[in-house]
Amino acid sequence: MSDVVIAGVGMHPWGKWGRNFVEYGVAAARAALADAGIAWRDVQLVSGADTMRNGYPGYVSGATFAQALGWTGARVASSYAACASGATALEVARAEILAGRCEVALVVGADTTPKGFLAPNAGDRPDDPDWLRFRLLGATNPTYFALYARRRMALYGATETDFAMVRAKNGRHGLENPNARYRKAFSVDEVLASAMVADPLRLLEICATSDGGAAVVLTSAEWAAKRGTEKPVAVRAISTVTPAFPQTVIEMPNFSTDSGVAVPDAVTPFKSAIAAAAYEEAGIGPEDLSLAEVYDLSSALELDWYEDIGLCKAGEAEQLLHDGDTAIGGRIPVNPSGGLACFGEAVPAQALAQVCEVAWQLRGQAGARQVEGAAVGITANQGLFGHGSAVLLSV
Amino acid sequence: MADGATRERVPAVEGWFSIGDAPALIGNRCTSCGTVFFPKASNFCRNPDCNGEVFADAELSRTGTVWSYTDAQYQPPPPYIPRGDPYQPFAIAAVELEAEQMVVLGQVADGFGIADLHVGSRVELVVETLYSDDERDYLVYRWKPLS
Ligand SMILES: [Zn+2]
Repeated sequence: MSDVVIAGVGMHPWGKWGRNFVEYGVAAARAALADAGIAWRDVQLVSGADTMRNGYPGYVSGATFAQALGWTGARVASSYAACASGATALEVARAEILAGRCEVALVVGADTTPKGFLAPNAGDRPDDPDWLRFRLLGATNPTYFALYARRRMALYGATETDFAMVRAKNGRHGLENPNARYRKAFSVDEVLASAMVADPLRLLEICATSDGGAAVVLTSAEWAAKRGTEKPVAVRAISTVTPAFPQTVIEMPNFSTDSGVAVPDAVTPFKSAIAAAAYEEAGIGPEDLSLAEVYDLSSALELDWYEDIGLCKAGEAEQLLHDGDTAIGGRIPVNPSGGLACFGEAVPAQALAQVCEVAWQLRGQAGARQVEGAAVGITANQGLFGHGSAVLLSV
Repeated sequence: MADGATRERVPAVEGWFSIGDAPALIGNRCTSCGTVFFPKASNFCRNPDCNGEVFADAELSRTGTVWSYTDAQYQPPPPYIPRGDPYQPFAIAAVELEAEQMVVLGQVADGFGIADLHVGSRVELVVETLYSDDERDYLVYRWKPLS
């Protein structure tokens, strides 16, 4: 049997702690190993998700975490895929296990982030679109989120109140999450009273940048069975697909979309393709889901995800929200962790944090935010430069 | 700023747009498959079915349709250079160019804000000052709402 399972998960709480990212990674790794009941010396591969904002140690995160935990001769890998880095690191570990090259792998992502907007790295780089978009356009990440939000209003009649309702829901969910940075409930009116940042999105609706760390221990199903691992969570699929040309939705940090004059539009838009690849690999459909963790970089973006991961048809996300379907207790809770709204984004840790939450939910260990009878869950995210990921888990 | 007539006006980025009475974005077109690029492509065509390596400069359509829009109510971080103190918010539009079948992001012209825009409205390309130093005005392309 070649399946791969999650034997343990762990996190360092999100916040603005201002300490070295390695501390968070080690704390998360130790928590995940303890959760799995596995000794550090039994880990055969360390797969790190890189951070770009912490110098060289961040670019070789696998080795950085391995050294911090104490060199054991384990093999290392380090991955960077913007917001999908954690899932890519997970995929590296899974592939090594599936290939029979190891049985126990530790996947770790952690970050320390600067205050305020995520700005490009310092220095003049007129050939780098991520530098140029700030210089020529003053286009921050919220600029792009706001463009999608306004587009959604124009296409489907979404309102600022709808967006605020998403934020209020996630605030209620995050209240019960000890790893969340913001554990405060906001009413729709309070959200609507927060400062406008990038019209139509307000301060409370745009995710902050956070410090944090998350880790996952993967093993072969056979190894877990032999060891008597309690409540192993099956990794049913990991999708790390790229867009198909021409990509006709404007993406961070680009100035333009691809031109569609020579090649017809892709049948499946990128964000839908991310989840579709996971469903196809697993032979599982959105109708089988018990919950989803999606990348709510903005409140409005969560509504787009409902459609992109197939919870409803295009234009129906607001109805799903209003019906209470995506709140805990509803038909298909989305972001029971509280999502990015309650965490803020710790880039290389975030895709792993999504996986941690789904694992806890599927093991019935999510405490007061538990989704009853959770059996199948998906994570989905999208980041800069054509990256995105989805991870499908089941028990 | 006093002797504005003698100030040098230079693009904030080289080769992205023309300056004049009817300014236009300057992209290029793959001579093999016809795909248009902005900013310009070089060395390789990004169409997966095309191995083109030769590109001809192409002026893009000067008018387009608003795909979406927003504004920046807080000052963006460097390398953005604010034009003045206190900070003045500005609008940004993503504009669909019909002939090129692409969407191009740009700031919205001075004096216009989100109240002047809606999805589907028409805009025209203009060139305005992005920021200035003691000797020069640095220019950028912008989208100006058409009434
Ligand atoms: Zn071509």
